[in-house]
Amino acid sequence: MVEMPWVDVAKCNGCGLCIGVCQHQGLVLVGNVIQVVEGEDCDWCTHCEAVCPTGAIHCPYEIVIVG
Amino acid sequence: MAVQSDFFKSIAYFAGLNEAELELVRKHAFEKSVEKDEIVVYEGEPAEALYFVAGGVLKIFKTSTEGKEQILTLVRPGDSFNDVPVFEGGQNLASAEAMMPVTLYGIRKTSFYDILKEHPRVALNAIQVLSQRVTHFVSLVEDLSFRQVTGRVAKILFEHARTGGDGKPKLTQQEMAAMAGTAREMVGRSLRVLEDEGTIRLERHRIIIADEQALKQEAGIA
Repeated sequence: MVEMPWVDVAKCNGCGLCIGVCQHQGLVLVGNVIQVVEGEDCDWCTHCEAVCPTGAIHCPYEIVIVG
Repeated sequence: MAVQSDFFKSIAYFAGLNEAELELVRKHAFEKSVEKDEIVVYEGEPAEALYFVAGGVLKIFKTSTEGKEQILTLVRPGDSFNDVPVFEGGQNLASAEAMMPVTLYGIRKTSFYDILKEHPRVALNAIQVLSQRVTHFVSLVEDLSFRQVTGRVAKILFEHARTGGDGKPKLTQQEMAAMAGTAREMVGRSLRVLEDEGTIRLERHRIIIADEQALKQEAGIA
């Protein structure tokens, strides 16, 4: 399974601003709520998280030590 | 194209105006459609108009002499930008670039002066809007004692780094910003600086701490 951003549906107001900034068609509006389309194309630019006015979209980072 | 009549009712500048007054304001406005990545105003050029966002999102940013970009804020539907240089009568203080297709309503400088003369209520509303803007930028200036922010972000990364299979939570940039007491834009900038220094690497959904010692030093951890 590909790691993807996730949407807090309780906070999503369906404004669609995230769809506008996504360069990989990774988000769709279903009813009045955003859903993430799973796929390898998402480059984790986090623009969707940045533009969301309600903080509904989350692009979490795993922080690991290798050196 | 005719300006959408209901839009200006929701704009803070025009709060308290009646229908007849709003109609006079609308007559001064023009509609502008902007493509993704198109720059609407360029930093340093003479300020010509104040804009209100009807649809889409723009980033407001300044560019350093080395070409580095500092995002000051994002503007969304209902927000305005380029207010200060229009009131001041000088140059655009920052650039504005569309992050997606955008619809704007603009009012030219000379037209806005006429509106202010005709409707003193708008001037009072403008004071309130600009006061909120000052508060935002005072906070940003505080954050722009920049190394302190990067140090706080480095400390957060160190404290939340996973080793082995421990169950430490993943963090969004928004969460890091809240922990560091800073704006999300500053977290993004701090991560880029740490990456440029080779201290971390950013991979799709992972932050790799490549140099733990350098990170601890940045964080001020012994």
